[in-house]
Amino acid sequence: MDIRVDTVRKEFSLYPALNDVSLEVKSSELIALLGPSGSGKTTLLRLIAGLELPTAGRIFFGDEDASGKTVQERNVGFVFQAYALFRNMTVLDNISFGLKVRPRSTRPPNAEIRRRAMELLDLVQLTGLEKRFPQQLSGGQRQRVALARALAIEPRVLLLDEPFGALDAQVRKELRKWLREIHDRTGHTTVFVTHDQEEALELADRLVVMSQGKIEQVGTPDEVYDRPNSPFVFSFIGESSSIPVAVENRELWSGGRAIGLPAPADAPGEATLFFRPHDVELVEDGVGAALAGVVAASRRVGGTRRVELEVGGNPNRVEIDLPFDHPAGERTRIAFRPKRWRVFPGKV
Amino acid sequence: MYDEEVIYDSRRLVPPEEHTRPTTERPWVRRTLIGIAVVFMGLVLVLPLLLVFVEAFRKGAETYFAAFSDRNSQSAITLTLLVAAIAVPLNLVFGVAAAWCVAKYEFWGKSFLITLIDLPFSVSPVVSGMVYVLLFGAQSALGPILKANHIEIIFAVPGIVLATIFVTFPFIARELIPLMEDQGSVDEEAALSLGATGWQTFTRVTLPNIKWGLLYGVLLCNARAMGEFGAVSVVSGHIRGKTTTMPLDIEILYNEYNFTAAFAIASLLAMLALVTLVFKTILEFRFGDELAGTRRH
Ligand SMILES: Nc1ncnc2c1ncn2[C@@H]1O[C@H](COP(=O)(O)OP(=O)(O)OP(=O)(O)O)[C@@H](O)[C@H]1O
Ligand SMILES: [Mg+2]
Repeated sequence: MDIRVDTVRKEFSLYPALNDVSLEVKSSELIALLGPSGSGKTTLLRLIAGLELPTAGRIFFGDEDASGKTVQERNVGFVFQAYALFRNMTVLDNISFGLKVRPRSTRPPNAEIRRRAMELLDLVQLTGLEKRFPQQLSGGQRQRVALARALAIEPRVLLLDEPFGALDAQVRKELRKWLREIHDRTGHTTVFVTHDQEEALELADRLVVMSQGKIEQVGTPDEVYDRPNSPFVFSFIGESSSIPVAVENRELWSGGRAIGLPAPADAPGEATLFFRPHDVELVEDGVGAALAGVVAASRRVGGTRRVELEVGGNPNRVEIDLPFDHPAGERTRIAFRPKRWRVFPGKV
Repeated sequence: MYDEEVIYDSRRLVPPEEHTRPTTERPWVRRTLIGIAVVFMGLVLVLPLLLVFVEAFRKGAETYFAAFSDRNSQSAITLTLLVAAIAVPLNLVFGVAAAWCVAKYEFWGKSFLITLIDLPFSVSPVVSGMVYVLLFGAQSALGPILKANHIEIIFAVPGIVLATIFVTFPFIARELIPLMEDQGSVDEEAALSLGATGWQTFTRVTLPNIKWGLLYGVLLCNARAMGEFGAVSVVSGHIRGKTTTMPLDIEILYNEYNFTAAFAIASLLAMLALVTLVFKTILEFRFGDELAGTRRH
């Protein structure tokens, strides 16, 4: 089932939480909504589910306009951030809830409900825990019950709000892999919210980067990482360094020196250069055009050394990564050139 | 990506803070304070309750039980049970509905509604009774209409029920509001997303989540409904055998210097109080965390 969000706007007491957002999710796709706190990720997810109604705009499930439908009619599997398991029910009852509340005409017989719930329990690797209550499970186990419960209703789409937000790093990594496997096996169109970019980059077929109620960029993890389309996306996804530059004679200039990088065809003027700290090559200082800076701080982190440079009179330090045993780590002045970079007009 | 925190962590090995008690009175001060509290409670709370039973049995068990065979007293007991049987279920419904609105929805005038729910607590019961007399009494605008239709409210059972409902309204709502606010509506949303109807969501998810709090509220509401004096006294008209509830009957017997009978009936109310207390303690002990409002009454 593909989902189409068509210029949706959502206002809470006049302040727009979502500002004319459009998005297409393809069938069987695993898509991640990523963005800083308050950027509208949860709101977008709840609008798709029907837990909120849009102020304006429409939402399509396939060709069908779902905007006016209730949550129940939309038949979505929603996994809440805090699990929201029913505390007065056992694991098995939680999972079978969605089937048990169906009207008699579409409700499977009890034995069938039980069989399906046990099957799902097996799918989420919790066989043997069916009689436990939610309070008797670990966070990771609860998360899996929540997912099994959402899958039990055979949803048309699966929506997860920060599914691993409350878990520790180790468990997150395991569940991440596991969610990918389940997705590949069941083939549900899945939208999940996260503010962990590593999770999004690793897990998703496509990323939706959001900021202040707008979608900044949509693309595969590689596209978004390699070709961010705005300063916001560049600094939000992955590590980044930036430095103000001037565009002149189709070249980039910093502190009155050409730095050996061709400018994009843009008009001359102020601009900002973005690059990844690990995407740099060192050059001999004074030989050829490059960025050069005084080492202000340097610290080793695992296999790399992160060096902070003061370039020209810029108040913000520029960070670059070197192999930890690189001889340049001992120097007081380093010259370098980014290997891959982007220039955005104006000061950021 | 950056594990620098781990490096700093090893330096964070500060010795655990010295544990100091928030209160530092000497033992004898503490013992004296506790002693004063116990003696005070004994004198003011336990002793009077005991005296009720002592007084009731002063002339022996036979006289005690004879008090209950009196027709007027029997009718008072029946009326009290009837009033509670009407008022408590109604307030159960009103209370749950009010708590639901306050806890699960945002609307204009919400804080005013909460204040309104508390109104019966802040108004003297006598005043509440007077309001009903003003509304439905013979001198009121509604009076002639009611009379023409042979509807009796004041100095009759309907008035007593109304006054009791008014006075006991806050108990259940007040118990549920903090509990429901605390639980939020995410469980309900989960049930709805799984296809449950509104009613299924309420009975299978909301109700089990609040059941102990609800029972607790019902107990308090019931104790008050049976024991209410002031408001009922104003609207009842004190017609013996017809519109007297137990508290009113006790007052009448007492004024007639029939102390044994008065205390015998009173002992029933005292026992109701004790049973309520025991239930309340059990609930607090077993399900303390499911009674959000426990410490507010
Ligand atoms: N029920 C609500 N009433 C009023 N404002 C709301 C409501 N829900 C969300 N908002 C506002 O809408 C904006 C977007 O909120 P949303 O919860 O979608 O952010 P988010 O991206 O999920 O953030 P987080 O990562 O912190 O969960 C926020 O400014 C928030 O304050
Ligand atoms: Mg959120």
